[in-house]
Formats: sequence, structure tokens, C-alpha cells
Amino acid sequence: MKKELWKGNEAIAEAAIRAGCRHFFGYPITPQNEIPEYMSLHMPKVGGVFVQAESEVAAINMVYGAAGSGARVMTSSSSPGISLKQEGISYLAGAELPCLIVNIMRGGPGLGTIQPAQADYYQATRGGGNGDYRVIVLAPATIQEACDQVRDGFDLADKYRMPVMILADGMIGQMMEAVEWHDSKVDDLPEKAWATTGTKGQRKPNIINSLFIDPNESENHNLKLNRKYEEVKANEIRYEADIPEDCEVVFVAYGTPARLARAAVRVLKEEGINAGLFRPITLWPFPERELHEIAKRDSVKAVVAVEMSMGQMIDDVKIAVNGVKPVGFCGKAGGIVPTPREVADAAKDALKGAR
Amino acid sequence: MAVVYQKSTGLTDVEMHYCPGCTHGVIHKLVADALVELDLLDNTVGVAPVGCSVFAYNYFNCDMHEAAHGRAPAVATGIKRVLPDNTVFTYQGDGDLAAIGTAEVIHAAMRGESITTIFVNNAIYGMTGGQMAPTTLVGQKATTAPLGRDQAHYGQPLHMAEMIGLIGGAAYSTRVTVVDMPNMMKARNAIKKAFQMQREKKGFTFVEVLSTCPTNWGLTPVQSLSWVKDTMMQEFPLGVFKDIDKKE
Repeated sequence: MKKELWKGNEAIAEAAIRAGCRHFFGYPITPQNEIPEYMSLHMPKVGGVFVQAESEVAAINMVYGAAGSGARVMTSSSSPGISLKQEGISYLAGAELPCLIVNIMRGGPGLGTIQPAQADYYQATRGGGNGDYRVIVLAPATIQEACDQVRDGFDLADKYRMPVMILADGMIGQMMEAVEWHDSKVDDLPEKAWATTGTKGQRKPNIINSLFIDPNESENHNLKLNRKYEEVKANEIRYEADIPEDCEVVFVAYGTPARLARAAVRVLKEEGINAGLFRPITLWPFPERELHEIAKRDSVKAVVAVEMSMGQMIDDVKIAVNGVKPVGFCGKAGGIVPTPREVADAAKDALKGAR
Repeated sequence: MAVVYQKSTGLTDVEMHYCPGCTHGVIHKLVADALVELDLLDNTVGVAPVGCSVFAYNYFNCDMHEAAHGRAPAVATGIKRVLPDNTVFTYQGDGDLAAIGTAEVIHAAMRGESITTIFVNNAIYGMTGGQMAPTTLVGQKATTAPLGRDQAHYGQPLHMAEMIGLIGGAAYSTRVTVVDMPNMMKARNAIKKAFQMQREKKGFTFVEVLSTCPTNWGLTPVQSLSWVKDTMMQEFPLGVFKDIDKKE
């Protein structure tokens, strides 16, 4: 297959159309505008539907309606807009509806900045809405990976009947990279017997609902959701580990910082320090056991979380490492991207502390 | 034996939870009857709100969604854009539609979404226990307006049917009530007309129904019916505020 040069946001939109998505509901916000813009032009060409909603709140509720009626449906936004969608995401999780949500993260809090950041990690992985629920969170580090995760994300959403989020920083959305399109079959999407399509007089009514007023029923529903989440944890963890023999320090990073950490590994090698990179691809479920096993190795003296935030993923890193090695940190916030030098220096600091 | 009256087949056998004297049950029946008489029921998807009619998904004998508070018109938009040939309706109260969900209903109307909204206006928050609504009358007591709605503090009630009537995408907007038999027949016709216009893909259709809340008004069911006629209808006149069929 030939490689094509694509801007991240447009590539994500094209990947969704190729993955069989035919309904998109969104609202403008920088730095993700190219996704709805691309959809508005290209969805009608494939018989799909693009609607620009009056708000992110309305857009996610349109997703709720479309998902309940059986569509392969998607929305995208950026940090403040994703905050507004949290109510809807909680309802989608509660009503067990599949959909894909893309967050092209910018700096916060509040209006923050339009520059890239990763300050929505807590919101994405801890459930920004009310209640005990999870969404599968996929974190791409290249535009190719973002495209592949779109298809993967839709399929995971259908398989487990739950929302899936692609959590990418603004850098991934805005830069251009080579993309190779893989043919993906979209004529074998799963049947959705639970969807509201009209009974046609053939079956009892289907109800899309997250309300269980009786506490026993409500608990049972939560237990059912939890069993599903355990199944996801058991089956769907994705990560990349590039850990050399005699690795002294392990960077843990996702998205753009993972690329910078890779550069920092090279910087450190020139200085005679063996460093490695552990890149979680699913942020929820977090590859906890996998990271723990690496941290346990005798050669590893320290683990360093690298984030474009003041420290959010580091909580999951600490849970995974569970005290077996010290955990250092390199963080930048508000739209500032760390340099490989800064990342490398953080590793040296962590090693000093570990000795 | 001749059957002279029966429950609508558009309703399930689930026992309704509504208070004695509340007219939600009557309005449910009118909606269900309209869907059955127009032979639309099997192809209908309804959207229930948050409020007294939150359990409507258990009562209508068709596919249903339960929406977040105020979001029913957005949810219905999503459904209709997937199923353009199905009948899609929302059933909402005044807190749901005229307070937290004002943006959603206005913009569904603006887009001319081919859906029908049944708006039940009883001038109060029922389910949560009688708080002030955007439709509460000036001077009317509510648990969050214990001395009555003060115009200087809260302004005047919102007139949704008139507002929707001003929007280009709306095909039909009317206000009816169900407090006596002649009005019930008019309400029935209005609801049928709305669904008929939706079938013909004419645009957004909106039926506001003045309803009762004896429990939170502190009145008997009979007094409540009189209060709608004597007091509420002074503020909220019945009538048709838009009907594109009537345009020359």
C-alpha cells in the first residue's frame, strides 16, 4: 500500500468513515475542528449523516440516541468540550451503548489554551461523569496508530457495548504524518438486537435506559457493568515496551511525550545510560501488571513518568510499580511540550535519587 | 358483548405511578391512541424525560429511550437521523423542556427535525416535590418560591408554544389542555395532526398540553381542573401558534 501524507484530525475522520461510521455529531472547538469539517464534506458522499449540534451537550446526546438506535456513531471535541460531554458519557456507559469519542486535548483548566496538553487523563480514565463506570481509553502516539485505533475503538465499543475514547494530545491532531490505509471490512458489523428500531410488531419493545430506581436492581446493574469491565481488563490491555537489557531507567509515557521519551533514550545512550520506554496504549485498562514486571527487574533503578500535565498518569504508574522502585516525574503543562533534554535530565535526577 | 371502551393497545399493562388527579395518564392515552390509529406504533421510537414522566418508557408499548434531563430533543435527533422513516417523539415536562432543556428543543425546532414533542406544562416541578418552574405563574406558590413567584426576582412565565411558533423549522405548534371532554378531543386531534405531519416530513411538531398537579398545587383533583381553566389558561392561552398547512 502506498503511504499518504495526512493531517491527524483529518486522518481520524477518514479512518472513521472507512471503519463504517455513518453518523457524526459534533460542535466546533480548537484544536479538533478539522474532524467535524472533514465529516461535513465527506459523510454525505457515503450516505452518512453529519450534524453540527448547538452544544457539546446536545452532540453527545445525539450520539446517545443514534447509538441506541444501532448506528456506528462518533463525536469528537477538545478538553473543555469533553467536560461538557461527561453527563452524556455517563449515560452512554449506564445504558451500555457503543460509540467512539475523540478528545484532542488542549491545556486547561477552564478555557486554558489551544496548545497541546494531556491534562484530561484523570477525566478520561476515572470517569469524568457520575457513577461507577469506565470507558476504554486508547492513546495514539502516531497518526497511523490513531487511524488504526479508530477501527479498533469502534469494534471494542460494539464488542463490550460501552463508549470508547481516543485520547490524543493536540500535537497528534494538528501535525501531518505518513499514513498507510489498511482495507477493513465493514459489511460484517455485529447485529444489535437490543437497538430501538421500531418493534415492527415482531418483538417486545426495546428500552435504552440507565435508570434503575430499585436499589437492588441498581446494584445488580452495577455488578453487571463491573463484570464487563473485568473482562475488558483481562482481554484488552495494549502497550508497547522497548526495554533494553541492563535497562537502568524506564520512561512511561503516552502520546507525544512517548516520542520525546524515545528521543531522550537516545540522548541518554550517548551519555552511557541505558534507558527504555514503556508506552501504555490502553490508558484504561492500564497495563499495570506488565509495567510492574519490568520495574521489578534488577537492572532497573528508577521509573520516570513523562506527561504533558502536572502529573496524572503518574498515579497509575505508582500503582503499577507499587513501591518496588522509585518513580520520578517530568511534566510540562499549559501547552508546553518537554524537550528530550529535559526528559533525559529527569531520568538522571531519578537515578541520583535512587542511588 | 360490544366493547365500548378499552385501554389503548399503545400502552403496556404496567401500572402507572402518577398521583390521583394528575392528567399525565390521559395524555399518555391520547399519544398512544394517536400512534395506534395512524398505524405508526410498531415503527415508533419514543424518548422519555427526567421528571414525573421519567418512567414513560415502561408505559408506551413501543421502543423507548430514557434521556438525560432536558436532552430528549437531542436524543430524538440522533434517533431520527438514524431512522428517518420511523416516527420519533419526545414526552417532556416543563422543568425538562423549558428550563434545563431549552436549548435542545429550540435547536431541534430550528433544524426542522422531523420529530414530535409532547410538552406537558403543569407550571411546577412535580417529581422533585413542587419547586418553581419557568412556567410557574407570577404569585403561584412553590417550595422554592414559598411566598409565590416574585416577578421582580424571577420575571414572568415562559410561553413555549408561542416561542416554537416563531421558529422557521417548526411545522406545527399548538397549546391544548385535557381538563374536560371537549378539550380532550381537541388535544387528541392536535396530537394526531402532529404525528401525521411528521409522517409527511413537514418539520418539527410541538404540542403543549396544560396539565394538573393536585399534589404540589395543594388542591383537590376537581379544584385542579378548575384552576387550569380559571387561572392557568389566562396566562397560557390555548390556540395554534403555527401550522404550515394553513399557509396560503
